[in-house]
Parts: sequence; structure tokens; C-alpha cells
Amino acid sequence: MKYLILMQVDPAVLEQLTDEQQKQIQEGHAAFMAATKESGEFIATQALADPSQSKVVRSSGGSPEVTDGPFAESKEFMGGFYFIDVDSEARAVELAKRIPDASIPGLALELRPVMFTDLGDQ
Amino acid sequence: MSEGLWRELAPQALARLLRTYGSTHFDLCEDAVQEALLHAYQQWPTRFPDDPVGWLVTTARRRYVDLTRGDARRRLRETRAALLHPPMPPQAVQADDSLLVLRLCCHPDLPRSGQVALTLRAVAGLTTAQIANVYQVPETTIAQRITRAKRRVSELGTPLPPPKHADERVTAVLDVLYVMFTEAHHTTTGAPPADTDLATEAIRLTRLLLLSLSKSTEVTGLLALMLLTEARQPARVGPDGRLTPLDEQDRTLWNRELIDQGITLVRRATPGAEPGPYLLQACIAALHAEAPDTAATDWHEILALYRLLEIVTGHGNPTITLNRIVAQAMVDGNDTALAQLDALEADHPRLPRLDAVRAHLLERAGRPDAAANAYRRAIAATVNLAEQQHLRHGLRHLAGAHE
Repeated sequence: MKYLILMQVDPAVLEQLTDEQQKQIQEGHAAFMAATKESGEFIATQALADPSQSKVVRSSGGSPEVTDGPFAESKEFMGGFYFIDVDSEARAVELAKRIPDASIPGLALELRPVMFTDLGDQ
Repeated sequence: MSEGLWRELAPQALARLLRTYGSTHFDLCEDAVQEALLHAYQQWPTRFPDDPVGWLVTTARRRYVDLTRGDARRRLRETRAALLHPPMPPQAVQADDSLLVLRLCCHPDLPRSGQVALTLRAVAGLTTAQIANVYQVPETTIAQRITRAKRRVSELGTPLPPPKHADERVTAVLDVLYVMFTEAHHTTTGAPPADTDLATEAIRLTRLLLLSLSKSTEVTGLLALMLLTEARQPARVGPDGRLTPLDEQDRTLWNRELIDQGITLVRRATPGAEPGPYLLQACIAALHAEAPDTAATDWHEILALYRLLEIVTGHGNPTITLNRIVAQAMVDGNDTALAQLDALEADHPRLPRLDAVRAHLLERAGRPDAAANAYRRAIAATVNLAEQQHLRHGLRHLAGAHE
């Protein structure tokens, strides 16, 4: 079963990290990617730019209207995601716990089962 | 067989087919050469031809005729044309031929993404998969860009320009080569690409261009600029993947040989030259390369060169103005520069790097709170991961230094 692990980020928390913590996080993500690729559970990951770079397209009086900024204003936002294919929800949780963000107060991971997938050229 | 050989032969073979059939058949010619290369790849390891280009051209011509089949009479005509066409002396037009294809690929009527993709494929000999890897987009996207660009070249239907006019449209070619090069060094989006071959390839093509345009100060300038920039590459990214700004770089890591080559080119081109944008940027890069550190850099001269660059480019490029303001800060102090940043921002509200420059200037001016806000805005605005990490690092250090 496929899961999307959403990395919920709070910029204020990221600012408080030390260089050492930052380095550990980067190494932790690299190790996580290597391990899940090795086990065949890795599908994809993407890091997303700040929500201030977002555009929102939605209906306004019947025709699509484009506005700047995020869909919902909040302190936390989705900074990126991992897309994995695992045997069970328990395994997805186990993997999420290994992502460095899981050990930093103020950051969190959200797991959501995937219902449909098309990866284009794969 | 070396990668380099393929890259040299492919554009030559393509140029000869284009001479025979005309650029209106660019897409068919290109497909034919690609297939001929595939055959060569399979057959040459056991039997290497005496005249590799001739072999490729003959094979590609046969393939071209196959590709245009369907109309028997046309096929007959094409076959006759292919077989009657006198063979060309192999080495006679080598450099000019690559440039001819380069100029077609960089036709100003093509979108920039199409120009670059087509150049990488037809001149640099990269596969669609390699190009897709460089740009971090699906292979199908690149294939579409190439197909559209080839079709556009065919539609343009301009007769092949004679090699004599090799400096024709050279500006567009230089711009594409520079885009290739900067894309390798600093992607505008996403993570930096792993394939630095792209920079090497851009340098190789610029060297080739300079062979036939040795008097062009802009081609000389661009090659110098590329070499001087490439020379700093080993010091640009720290072991943690974070970008290291010029003033923090370990200059002993710079490649002296490339710097010497770049400086020699600048010295050769400068006397009496009409200063073009690439030569001016090369002069600035040379001044940085000659200085032992930031403090000892000739900022007065750099500021003067940026002012000239602004004039030459008609004050139309805000990034050049931003760089001029950085030099201005070193000469006239942070407050003058900060005031000019405000004015620049009023005209160009979303200019990349503006807040990053502002953050550094405010930090140096001893205004940590304002600097922190500028860092935060810069972090939110960038879509480049390495740059974002560099800015976060700056912000954290700012907080640490003033707690």
C-alpha cells in the first residue's frame, strides 16, 4: 500500500536549529532515502518552496481566478513529502519515525494512504 | 570509443545532411543522424571506418531516404540526390559545420528551452535521458521540446547560411551557451544537478566557436568568463552541500590553470575592444580571481565595470544593477548601498537575491533585527535548496552572534 508522508514544517522552529542539528537532519534524510530505496519502499520525494511562492486557482463567479499566496494561512505548512510503498500502515509509521523531523519538537509528519497513482513515464 | 569522438562527429554529419537536403528537413536529418550513430555504436567496435564522418553521412543518407519513403517518385528523387551528391573532404569544414548546426539550433525564433535542448542533443550529443536528468524533468518533456524545436527549425525554412558568415546570430548562440553553463553551476529551481558535464560541454562548444571567430571579443569574453567561473567551482559548495559565498571561499581551492587561461584571454581581448556584456563580466571575474581576498579586491575598478555593464545593457537588467550595488557597498559604504536597494526594489519588487543582499548589508551595518527579517523574506522567496540552506545558515549565525 502506498502512503504519502507529509513533512509539516514551522519556519520558526527551523531558525532555532544549530548548524550541528541541521547537518544531522540532512544526513538523516540522505540515510532514510538510501535505506528505503534499498528496501524497495521508496517511490519519490520532493521538497516544496515556501507557501508565499504559491498561486491558488479557484472559481470566481464561474471562471477560474488566480491569486497569490497559500490556500490556508497557518504557522505550519507542508515543506515536502515522501511517497512510499509499504506492506502495512504499521510499517509506514515505523518509517516515518525514522525521518529526522520526527525527533525535533515543533516539526511533525502526517501519513495519508494513497488511493490512486500515475507516475507518468514510469 | 570516446564520448568526445561522438560529440565531434554528430554535428558534422548533421551539417552535411542539412547541406544536401536543406534545413526545412531538419527533423528528418536529425533523426537520420541519430540512427546512423546507433549503427556506428554497434558496428565500429569490430570494424572502425577509415573516414568516420563519411561513413556516418552515407549511413544517415540511406536512413533519410528510408524515412522519407511513402512516395515512390520522391523516394527515387531523394535517392538520386543522395547518391549523386559529391562527397566532401572530411576535415575541410569541420569547425564551421558544428557551428552551422549550433546556429540553427539557437535560432532566435525558437523558445529558449527548445534552443538549449536541441543544442544539447544535436551539437553536444547528449541523449534525451541525459538532458532530462540535467533539468530534472521527465524524459517525455525533453522529447517534446526537441520535437517542437526541430519542427520549428523546419518551418523556418531559411536556407543554410554560408560558413563565411559565422558571426551571424552569434549573440543568440552565446546566450544559449551561457544558459547551458549557468544551468550547470546554479539551477534557477530545485536542487543543483549532479551532471557538471554540462559546464564542460558549454566550454568545449565556446572554444570551438572561438576557433572560427577568433577576433570576436564577445566570444573571447564568454570563454574567459566561463573559465574563470569554472575555476572557482571547487570552492563554491561546502562539504555539507551549502553554497559558500565568494568572500568565504577558500581561494587555494581555485583552479589556477583555468584562471590563468581566463586572464590571458581577457588581456588578449581587452585592448581597443568595444566592451560587450560578456567581456565586461569576464573582466570583473578576472579582478576577483587576481585578488588574494575580499579586502584586497579592486572594488573601485569592479564598480566602474558594473557601471559600464549597466550602460552597455541599457539599464535593462536588474540583476546587473544588484551586483553593482554590492560593489557600491564595498566602495561607498552600506548605507548608500541600502538606499539604492530600496530604489531598485521599487522598480523590481520580486527581484531574486535582493533580500539576500539586503540581509548581508544590514548585518554588516550592525542592524541584526532588520537583517533577520530580510533573511526570512529571502528564505521564503528562493526556490533553490542550496541557496535556502545558505540563507538559513546566515540567519542562525546572526541570531547566535547577537544573543
